[in-house]
Amino acid sequence: MSKPLVATASLAGCFGCHMSLLDIDERILKLVELVDIGKSPVTDIKTFTQQYAVGIIEGGCCNSENVHNLQEFRKNCDILISLGECAIMGGLPAMRNGIPIEECLNEAYLEGPTVHLNTEKIFPNDDELPMLLDRVYPAHEIVKIDYFLPGCPPRADLIWDALVALLTGKELELPYEVVKYD
Amino acid sequence: MSALIQNILIKVGQKKDRLLDILLSVQEAESFVSDENIKIIAGSLQLSEIDVRQCMSFYHFFSTKPSRHRIFLNDSVMANLMGGQKVKEAFEKVLNCKQGEINADGIGFYTTACIGMSDQEPAAMIDGVIFPSLTPERVRFVVEGINQGKSLSDLYYLPLGDGRNGGAALNTMVNSNIRKTGLLLDDYYKSGSALTIAIEKSELEVIGIVKTSGLRGRGGAGFPTGMKWEFCRSSEGAEKYIICNADEGEPGTFKDRVILTEKIEMLLEGMTIAAYAIGAREGIIYLRHEYQYMRQHIENALAVARTKKMLGNNILGKDGFDFDIRIQFGAGAYVCGEESSLIESMEGKRGEPRFKPPFPVQKGYHNKPTSVNNVETFCKVCRIIERGGEWYRRYGTKQSVGTKLLSISGDCPRPGVYEIEWGMTLYQMLEMVGATNTQAIQVGGPSGSLIGKTGFDRKICYSDISTGGSMMIFDQSRDLIKDVVLNFLEFFIDESCGSCLSCRACTQQIRNKLEKMIHGKGVSTDIEDLKKWAKFTLVSRCGLGQSAANPISTSIANFPHLYQAMVQKEKDYDTCFDLASAVADSCKVVNRVPNF
Amino acid sequence: MERVKFQIDNKDCEALYGQMLVDAARDNGVYIPTLCNMQDVKPCGSCRVCTVKVNGRYATACTTPVACGMEIESDTEEIHEIRKALIELIFAEGNHYCPTCEMSGNCELQALGYRFGMMVSRFPYQFPQREINTDCQHLIIDYNRCIRCKRCIRTIKDKKGKSYFAFINRGDKLEVTMDKEMAKTMPLKVAELAMENCPVGAILLKETAYRVPIGERRFDKKCIGSEIEETDVKVFMGELNNE
Repeated sequence: MSKPLVATASLAGCFGCHMSLLDIDERILKLVELVDIGKSPVTDIKTFTQQYAVGIIEGGCCNSENVHNLQEFRKNCDILISLGECAIMGGLPAMRNGIPIEECLNEAYLEGPTVHLNTEKIFPNDDELPMLLDRVYPAHEIVKIDYFLPGCPPRADLIWDALVALLTGKELELPYEVVKYD
Repeated sequence: MSALIQNILIKVGQKKDRLLDILLSVQEAESFVSDENIKIIAGSLQLSEIDVRQCMSFYHFFSTKPSRHRIFLNDSVMANLMGGQKVKEAFEKVLNCKQGEINADGIGFYTTACIGMSDQEPAAMIDGVIFPSLTPERVRFVVEGINQGKSLSDLYYLPLGDGRNGGAALNTMVNSNIRKTGLLLDDYYKSGSALTIAIEKSELEVIGIVKTSGLRGRGGAGFPTGMKWEFCRSSEGAEKYIICNADEGEPGTFKDRVILTEKIEMLLEGMTIAAYAIGAREGIIYLRHEYQYMRQHIENALAVARTKKMLGNNILGKDGFDFDIRIQFGAGAYVCGEESSLIESMEGKRGEPRFKPPFPVQKGYHNKPTSVNNVETFCKVCRIIERGGEWYRRYGTKQSVGTKLLSISGDCPRPGVYEIEWGMTLYQMLEMVGATNTQAIQVGGPSGSLIGKTGFDRKICYSDISTGGSMMIFDQSRDLIKDVVLNFLEFFIDESCGSCLSCRACTQQIRNKLEKMIHGKGVSTDIEDLKKWAKFTLVSRCGLGQSAANPISTSIANFPHLYQAMVQKEKDYDTCFDLASAVADSCKVVNRVPNF
Repeated sequence: MERVKFQIDNKDCEALYGQMLVDAARDNGVYIPTLCNMQDVKPCGSCRVCTVKVNGRYATACTTPVACGMEIESDTEEIHEIRKALIELIFAEGNHYCPTCEMSGNCELQALGYRFGMMVSRFPYQFPQREINTDCQHLIIDYNRCIRCKRCIRTIKDKKGKSYFAFINRGDKLEVTMDKEMAKTMPLKVAELAMENCPVGAILLKETAYRVPIGERRFDKKCIGSEIEETDVKVFMGELNNE
């Protein structure tokens, strides 16, 4: 029997959650015995070619590409996991929520202290670029998410224990120190 | 200190607990309370400015901006049912400003919760004067008149109201619309007869008669009146208070307005009897701000009572029985109808409910034993003392004794006040008012229940379907979810004191979810969520919070099909996210056409 | 003082008559979670997190005086569910970005989230727009994190009893604000107390931060309430909870 396929994505995140995944250290050898990692920044596989068992989402959605990506994941994965604060509640990128998009763009491209090279005062607006959303959305505000693993980043032990419990169907018992929001 | 504030402080007292009156007086004189005056008031009462602001900002009718006139248009369910939206648009058009703004001519236009005119909506208050049964044409007529500098009473478009509304003291277009009288509203009341009987008996005998009668509070909660008085009487403390709860804030109710208009003497007499029974020397009518047009009328009645020796010292010659009554105005807060909030408000604070115990009968106004009773309750007492407790028990049912005044409004040809005996079924009620094609009845206002056809055989009484008097009828043409339930939720969100998380935050989440469903994005789990979330509000401190989700829970229970109809068949998850609208703003700013 | 007997979750307890339930429970080794409550400060019952059932009816343990023969339900599935929902409501109502918050690890709201195993709020996050105020020379007030618990309002007054903090507005527009004039002259000692009394990271001292390293903060290793409970709850049954 083939191993379950796992995909991961980093949307509006900082890759910290992926780093934390790698922090499971030598258990990564056990992990590859349990699963195959498919589409993921780790493998650089970019497309879904078959149905996946698990999709792990880091980051919320701040632009149209994030949304499409997330919707792809929902379509192609049986189970979706929001990994980390950004996927769960927007996290740091969501600190712009509530500030009008025009103000954000002005600050980023026109008036910020580090934008003096933008002498023509233009906003990037090529059609190839993703379109910015009015605010940053937690992943479950776009698609249904099955499980949530908090942390910034989530502790490696939490990721490991949760994945093993999910893949083996065992009950999850977590030490207090493992579930944190920071 | 300005002369104005100085005079006010002399008149109402330079005390923290009179802050509400001080602010109301300033506002009356100047149309608003300026930053400067807030500073002066704070200084003279040894408060910080923020102390004054926290009280002021709790109440709907205070303003920090000057205006020449202020228009408050009711936006309750009933007002909207009767064409309120068109009237609102008419106001906005002729005033050339939006709701919440002051126009170029200095006229402020605001919306407000139910102003107790559900039988003659849409209605507005302009500088305290009631303009009932508005239409867009009447709005134009009134605003143009104001702009021409005419006085408000010259702008009446209807004859003066029925009963005492047309008298010089009231001089209003409001109608009492008494459609059915009973032992309270019948004409045979003779001022002073009940009080004469009462003071010939001992205080305990008076309480005994009220207990025998089985009278229960008519505000809605239904606590036995005699027992309340007994508790209050036996509570320690020489100083005691009688408070008449005339806050009548439950949307859809207006029967207290009618009693205050037509039977004010009976109310004062009932309060005096209560004072005698519990040993109070001071009585206060807590009158909702919306009823300020009745001030002169009530003051006149108080003056008459004083000349007739029914108020004052040695009442009706009874040695040592001293009692007088003053009016305390509210300033616009539904939650102040809850007795402990009402007391907080009377003490010049935000009307946040207190914890119980201690109950007001133990520690109420100024921490002294206080009995707070409803307008209707006091009037019933007069009748009971006159005729006896046994006589009263002949009316109504065994557990729900006597009569009840109903405020009936909505889709029926004869809205108004009906005095019925407890035990009438909702069917009989509909027949009485001539309602046909009825889809639902909201019994007991937003905090009550939305009842459908299957519940129309239920009886109006404490043991079946209890009510403080508000009865709103909706026919088949109405959208119950959008026009009724959603409006009620908004009402609770706005009127919550905000203190309890469960009432403040959960109601907003419920409203948002309902709006999502109304917008066609409902999924089946939404209904389950709403049911569960409604339960979380039950842990709130006061009755408002505990019943804030009643519009949701009772409508889901009694009209499940309306919710099922909002569920999308093809989707089991939908958060209302829409990519096109989410990117619209940013694309506009960077000047590009959205491409997906 | 008279002592009374009562029960919490069928456990026999004893306390002084009139003692608030929260305190009475604590004296009997039972932890009832609280958030707005502070020991020895007049309770205000605003967060409802200490909700229990007293003889079958909901009541807040911080405002209910204990009486003889009371039967309290606290550690039940029903009550647990309510408390968890309340915590989630707070997280959804404000902007609680734990990773950026100086109080993270020492925050009572966060600690309750841990205790109740909250993985995500079941309620949509509201992302309200709130102010950050620096009028006071010693304090930064980040209203994004304010939970309207009234602790600052109740405890921070000047010598004459005037309030530095107060509620403004009501209902969904309810906010805590600081008196502009008094903010300017707030002594450092009072400012320190204000920060100390705030259960979350809404009131912060300027020019000092992150004094306790990660790993040594109040709730890094110890669950809130564990100091009261007889058995140290270090491990809890977490669950991968569905939204």
